[in-house]
Amino acid sequence: MHDIDAAPQVDAAEVGRIFREESGRSVATLIRIFGDIDVAEDAVQEAFALALGRWPGDGLPPNPGGWITTTARNRAIDRLRRESRGRQLSAEVAPLSPARDDPGIPEEVGPVQDDRLRLIFTCCNPALAPEAQVALTLRLLCGLTTGEVARAFLVAESTMAQRLVRAKHKIKAARIPYRVPERHELPGRLRPVLAVVYLVYNAGLTSAAGSGLCSEAIRLARILATLMPDEPEVAGLLALLLLTEARRATRTAPDGSLVVLGEQDRTRWDRAMIEEGQAIVRRCLLRDRPGAYQLQAAINAVHADASTVEQTDWSQIVTLYDQLLAVAPTPVVALNRAIAIGEVQGPAAALALVDELDLDNYHAFHATRADLLRRLGRSSEAASAYERAAALAPTDAERDFLSRGGRAPQ
Amino acid sequence: MAQYLLSVHSVEGQIDTPMTDEEMQESWKQIQALNEELKSAGAWVFGGALHEPDTATVVRMSNGEVMTTDGPFAESKEHLGGFYIIEADDLDAAIGWASKTTACVMKPIEVRPFRQSEA
Repeated sequence: MHDIDAAPQVDAAEVGRIFREESGRSVATLIRIFGDIDVAEDAVQEAFALALGRWPGDGLPPNPGGWITTTARNRAIDRLRRESRGRQLSAEVAPLSPARDDPGIPEEVGPVQDDRLRLIFTCCNPALAPEAQVALTLRLLCGLTTGEVARAFLVAESTMAQRLVRAKHKIKAARIPYRVPERHELPGRLRPVLAVVYLVYNAGLTSAAGSGLCSEAIRLARILATLMPDEPEVAGLLALLLLTEARRATRTAPDGSLVVLGEQDRTRWDRAMIEEGQAIVRRCLLRDRPGAYQLQAAINAVHADASTVEQTDWSQIVTLYDQLLAVAPTPVVALNRAIAIGEVQGPAAALALVDELDLDNYHAFHATRADLLRRLGRSSEAASAYERAAALAPTDAERDFLSRGGRAPQ
Repeated sequence: MAQYLLSVHSVEGQIDTPMTDEEMQESWKQIQALNEELKSAGAWVFGGALHEPDTATVVRMSNGEVMTTDGPFAESKEHLGGFYIIEADDLDAAIGWASKTTACVMKPIEVRPFRQSEA
């Protein structure tokens, strides 16, 4: 035990937390230096083992992130030197003293880019399958273990390990580049990146095992928003996640059952998160380059403004859905627009719109029909729609809610 | 630099909309222009269109002897209609060329990296 020490004391759990926080940056930097994902991952893992042995006794180094990168870098050089393929490399990359805070990364030519941005564009390259994109992002950028990623997506760890190995092999063999796309490529390439972050968030929202994914997704969105301040859809995604997250605790009752928006305890919504999300939405409006994420965020911002469900500005929401339908003309958006129209013009107008949609295998379609039919007094039709919705519901909470005819448990 | 195989895949009997002579001419011109572009960019290694698969011959070893048989190796509806071998910095660059190719020939292009020989 150290009695008086300048360095802050940490326990193993705290070391783990710091690694989770810092490993994405270190892995990204090492991939750039060594051009190899496995070398980078292994080296950061070794640095973690070393830190677990040292930090609890010696205290935290002044710059833990720099310590991890420097230590991992030197470990990787040591290892490569032992292997024949590293001989030439170790001559090019001189080891640095781990005591120095500056990780000594070679100067970059051109505008400085965060390595994590390169890494997310590599992980989310459209040449990789979407499930591999998500898995790589969580593994490499968020520092989740393969087991954690597997549990979050309810697949066997061996399946997830294979998926990651296959994706990393393709990156290497097919030379998926480690760079931020050029300006003209960006619209197409940003789409899968944002989709991955959104998917990670939704996986957290719908699976009990994956609730940590919600905060990982917000962390990723924050990183992206910092690194790409000129992309309004990146800001829109962050705002959407913040405004959704602000309500997450009130989405389920203590018994795990679902609580719909109109019945949520609005006093328990996270005001700080709502304010942050709404401020981003206001900046997006000023920029006036709307996109699907910004519009969804704006819709959520309107909901968050109403202190009771009756005070909701539904006509504003209808206007936003009109715009959303123009940029994202999907039946699911049309369904949500119909719900909003139902609040302004009544259930008959909404039902007419809903019945035109081809969404027979979507539980929310039947749940919406059920609710509209119930409000129109067509109770037997409503009951069969609730039944159909419950049979299609993806989670237990939603199934229970729908099989009770959309009512809270007694 | 790496080398990639861009293969043009055709499905037998599936002719989406038969081309008129003019469209054929236009398509031919576009392919010529693409070939020139590949060459001037230094990406061209080799490329060409193939005759129909019924012109193929398969040669294989059987009981220590070379056996020659008529017909394509795989009896399948899809076949290789032609290919390019190109040089590109990375997969994104190769996909860039594949995008131009598919826009010319209106058929799917498979992009596959060549194994790098350990120099």
